[in-house]
Order: sequence, then structure tokens, then C-alpha cells
Amino acid sequence: MLLLWIMINNMNSIIEKAASNERIHFTEALKLLNEAELLTLADLANKKRLNLNPEPVVTFVVDRNINYTNICISGCLFCAFYCPPGHADAYVISKKELKEKIKETLSLGGTQILLQGGLNPSLSLDYYIDLLKFIKDNFPVHIHGFSPPEIAFIAEKSSLSFEDTINKLIDAGLGSIPGGGAEILVDEIREKTSPNKCSVDQWLKVMKTAHNCGLRTTATMMFGHMEKPEHIIEHLMKIRNLQDNTGGFTAFIPWTFQPDNTRIKVEKATSVEYLRVLAVSRLFLDNIQNIQASWVTQGDKIAQVALVFGANDLGSTMIEENVVAAAGVKFRLPKEEMIRLIREAGYQAMQRDCFYNIIKT
Amino acid sequence: MKYFFLDKSLYEIKDKVVSGERLGFEDGLALYKSNDLIGVGHLADYVRRKLHGKKAFYVYNQHLNFTNICLNRCLFCAFSRDDGGKDAFALSIDDVRSRLMERINEPVRELHVVGGLNPSLSFDYYIEVLNTIKEVRPDSTIKAFTAVEIDHIAKVGGLSIEETIAELKKAGLEMIPGGGAEVMSDRVRKKLFPRKIDSNRWLEIMEALHSTGLTSNATMLYGHIETLDERIDHLIKLRELQDKTGGFTAFIPLAFHSQNTRLSHLPGTTAFDDLKNIALARLMLDNFSHIKAYWVMIGERLAQVGLSFGADDLDGTIIEEKITHMAGAKSAKGLTRAQMEHLIFSAGFTPVERDSFYGKIG
Repeated sequence: MLLLWIMINNMNSIIEKAASNERIHFTEALKLLNEAELLTLADLANKKRLNLNPEPVVTFVVDRNINYTNICISGCLFCAFYCPPGHADAYVISKKELKEKIKETLSLGGTQILLQGGLNPSLSLDYYIDLLKFIKDNFPVHIHGFSPPEIAFIAEKSSLSFEDTINKLIDAGLGSIPGGGAEILVDEIREKTSPNKCSVDQWLKVMKTAHNCGLRTTATMMFGHMEKPEHIIEHLMKIRNLQDNTGGFTAFIPWTFQPDNTRIKVEKATSVEYLRVLAVSRLFLDNIQNIQASWVTQGDKIAQVALVFGANDLGSTMIEENVVAAAGVKFRLPKEEMIRLIREAGYQAMQRDCFYNIIKT
Repeated sequence: MKYFFLDKSLYEIKDKVVSGERLGFEDGLALYKSNDLIGVGHLADYVRRKLHGKKAFYVYNQHLNFTNICLNRCLFCAFSRDDGGKDAFALSIDDVRSRLMERINEPVRELHVVGGLNPSLSFDYYIEVLNTIKEVRPDSTIKAFTAVEIDHIAKVGGLSIEETIAELKKAGLEMIPGGGAEVMSDRVRKKLFPRKIDSNRWLEIMEALHSTGLTSNATMLYGHIETLDERIDHLIKLRELQDKTGGFTAFIPLAFHSQNTRLSHLPGTTAFDDLKNIALARLMLDNFSHIKAYWVMIGERLAQVGLSFGADDLDGTIIEEKITHMAGAKSAKGLTRAQMEHLIFSAGFTPVERDSFYGKIG
């Protein structure tokens, strides 16, 4: 009886702590994630969101994912997109195709491109520099490109430090870095799911270096595969600690692993599981301004619900997306529909740039 | 209930909900208009938990659509065809039997049987359908023929509603589905379903059915041209009849799907509206035991969330849903028992497999 009282009381005090805007700690976040009622989490996260972003505005960006190559030596178990070198479907994008894709993006009101690809051993630093320069010479477009595993791969291949690599990429036109490749920032899990990908320390070091070089970045988390709830909180903890140090993260984007066509056989995370992690992310990452909902993995309905579970941004309209689509999920969300979802939920829809500046209301 | 509402107008409603006072028209309107989705959800969840705790129900069922030929040709329907039209069909009694036999090894507890108003089917056909189901599946419950069809069957048989129900009951009918109510508004009826029976007739048939001891569900098709006022009027009409008869088992909000209908210009419902309709139903229909989150129409992912917004039932496993999928539904066509239980369990609820009358299986 006493134990029960302590347990309930403990949960209540955590809820009160979160509600009063105090920073919550590892064990508290874990308890919320594991045990709090769904609507309690929503309520806390929504109020935290309104505390950090009081305006009833939901933002989005118009861009396209351009995957410059699908050749990758990483061979992550959760990936349905990559091809090993020499595979019949392997490609490196041509300049002609790249040009057309960017032209179309700009004509659709796009402001940026997300430029990501596999760890392709036949590409050198010169390739990346040429790629960036080519884009910048031809188009007035922001380049959000090269996640930490790519940066670490390029640096190693060129025997350069992260700092030198990043500075060279900045000089060539890189505008910001996407937070991909974080998956779960716990080496024990990474060793199982993506043994050839950069380690937790390397991921964090790339981000820290980028922030110190003046680049802003996002951070992501892919969950719903081999991790446990405590690994999710550990991931959030590492992101929060780095953000305390640098302040360089613009947004956090949690999304769920899509198991089709991959080598990890698990039941796909349900929408309630997603919403719980989203809400706890909003509560825990008190030093990151923006939380993005992932309509690509959740669909338009759950993405809209996410707006009351802590998300204040719907990410990109994604004129093109290939990686999640390869894992069997093909949700579409045109810009007009995105705006309708936002308005029907009682918010103002505003198009933003990569740094969350409003460019169009 | 200690709760800090973002929408201050919800405090007054909360007081009523906690004290068990019935909500009125204006309360319903305030709830629909509120942007405080979590606040509205909290109120509905409070009522839901009082009634059902952590239980969430589902039924192992099979749908049987015996004909798509329909005299009504409602504008919102993608399923119906004219007699002789492309893809028009009517199952023979043998077809019905073989549909049932295809899944005879599955533990189907309920047959959900609905079809169009097909002028070439005789009164005996309906009796035969029921007899056949009873013969093939003596242990399953037959939930068949909406009030709209009952009206049609009565006309075909030249019988009164009471006589018709008595005959169908004799042949094995145990319950009827809640379809065909659409939105009980003459304005909407004129525009979208002018040939269908009006709301008075629908309610009259339900009342007659309930008075024989049979139960039924009730529905509302929302997300087309109806107004919020019309939705609330609809809920209040159902509540009034339920006060009188107590014969409604569950209420099912039905999200309109426009693809392949003559209203295809209308966008789909959004999740906010879907969840509000579930919550509103739970709060307004204080004399209904069960509210369903119908995963076929809102998708299994949102239906799962609906369990925290007032719903206590995810309907059935179904396997071969046709009517909504012909209107472009992206949901699965069926769920296995394991998928259903996983959805419920991972939402923090306890799955309860039920029969048609909410008796626990096993």
C-alpha cells in the first residue's frame, strides 16, 4: 500500500515538475515514457510547446530530397534504399538530372534542397565540393546537406579533420547539416543495426564541430527497431547535453523505423508509440526550439494529431522522397493539403526557411 | 478531475460532465468549435474510463455485401450501381453460402450483412439469406439490414414494419447495423440522398425494432456538406430515442470518403475532426454504452489514438471491407486478431474480444 502510494506520488510529482517547466531528468523522462497516460503526455507536451512557441503557428518548408547516390558501404540492417557498389540499380546522380530537380523545386516555391546520399567509396572530397559549387553557381537555393555519417566518411577518406572537411564544404556552399544517421545514439544498438556507420561519439563530434564552425543543424532519432525505452531517453540526453554546449540544433525530428524491405523483422511502431516518444522529446529537449512531426512515416492524420503532442512544424512538403518510400511507406502531402491540415487544427500555416524564419504566410 | 484547460469555455462543460449532468446543444457546439483537442479528449476519456476502465473491445466478424444494385443512388456512395450497370452484382443464395464457406475455419462471431435496395430481390430472398447464414454459421450472430433496407424489405413483402421485423427475426436476425441515418437533416437529405427514407422514418423503424427486443447500432456520416448544428441535432435525436427504447448498443461516427463518388471534389476529413466526432459522441450520447473508432474509415493508426478520445471499441477484424474502400479508403482491408490486440495493447488498453452484445469471448 505504501509502495503504491509512493509510486503514484512519484508520477504525480514528475508530472507537476514537467508542468512547471522544470528540466526533467533521465529517470523521470523514462517513467513518463513508460507509464504516463497518453493524454497526460499530450497535455504536458502541448503546454511546453506553447511555452517555447506561444504563437498559434505551425511552420513547414518547401523542399525536395535529392539523393545524389544510393551506393553505400554502410549496409545498415534497417535500410531499404542502399545498393552495394556494382549493383544493377546503383547510381550517382547526373548533373543534368540534378539541374532539372532543382529547377522544378524552385518553380514549385521551394527554397532549399536536402542533399543526402550513401557512403559511396568512389566519391572523393572533390566530388562533394564540385557538387555544391555546381548547385550554388546555378541556383539561388539553400543546401541542407550531408548528415554526420557522410561528413565522417568524407573526412576519413580525405584524411582531413572534421573541422577542415566542414569548412571546405561551407566554402563550397553548404548551408546547414541534416540530423540524419543518428538512428539511436547508443553504441550497443548501433553495433547491431548499423555496425559500419559512424559511432555515437563521431556523430556528436561532427555536430559539435559543425556548430562551432557556424553551421546550424537538426537532430533526428529513428526508433521502433531494436532499442529499449531507456535507449530513447539516452539518445535525447546526448542531444540535450550537446545543445547546452553549442545551441546549434534548430529542430529535433523523431520518426519510426519502417520495417518493409529491410533486414529487421519487428512489428511496426504504432501511432500511439510514436506520439508518446514525440511528447517526451518535446518535454525533455527544453533547449531545442522546434519539434518536427514526421508525416512521411506517420501519414497526414497522425501528423496533424502530432501538433498537440509537442510538434510545431510539419517539416517539408517533400516534392521527392526516396528512402522511406523504399521501405514500403508512400504517404503524399501536397503543400495545399498541408496548409489545410494546419488550419483545420486551429493554427496559422507559415512557410519557413531552413533557419525557421518565416518567409510566407 | 483536476485539469487546466487551454479553452476556458470547457470548464463549464467539465463541471457538467463530472456531475453527470446531460450536455445540451450549446455544449456540443462549444466542444466542436474548440481548438483545445486535448481538453476535449480529456473530458471524453473521463467518461469512457468511468464506463469501461481500460477495456477496449473488438469483434471477430465478416462483412457480407449481397448486392450493390440500389434504387437510392445517394451522392456520397461509391459502392452502389444501377441495375444493369457496369460491375452491378447480386449474390445468389449459393454465392452467399460459398462466401461463408470460404472462411468457415475462422472463429467468426458476427456477420455484418448489408446491401443496396435492389428491386429484383424478393422478400423470400432476404429470409433465405438469413436462413442460410444460420444454417452455415449457427453460432454466429446475424447483424443485418439497415433501417433503410428494412423499410425496403417491408415494401417488397407488402408487410408492415412490425410484421417484417417479426419475419426476419424468425429467420435468424438478431441485431441491425446503424447505417443509413447519414445526417438527420432534411436539408442534407434533399441534396445528397433524396430517395432515401427520411429521419423520422429511420427513427420510427429503429423504435419498432427495439420494441421487439432486438438491438441496433447508430451511425452518423460526417465530413460532407453538413453543418455542426446538424451534427448536434443528429446526436440529440439519437439520444432522445435511446431514452425511450434503450435499444442502441453502439454509436459509430463515419468519416466521409469522397473518392469515386459524385462529391469527389470534397477533401477528406482531418484527424482533428475525426477525434472530435468520437469525443463529442462520447460526451453527448450519455445513454449509449459504446462508441466505436471505426478503423476502416479513419485508418487503424488514428483509430488507435481514438481509444484515448472516448472510443472503447475498434469494431471488427472484417478482412474484406468493400464499401469504404471503393470510396478510396487507405486503411487495411482487414486486421488479424493479433494486429487488433497489438493496436489496443500498445495504446495502453486491455483488449477484449466480444460478441455482438459485448459479451466477452473466452
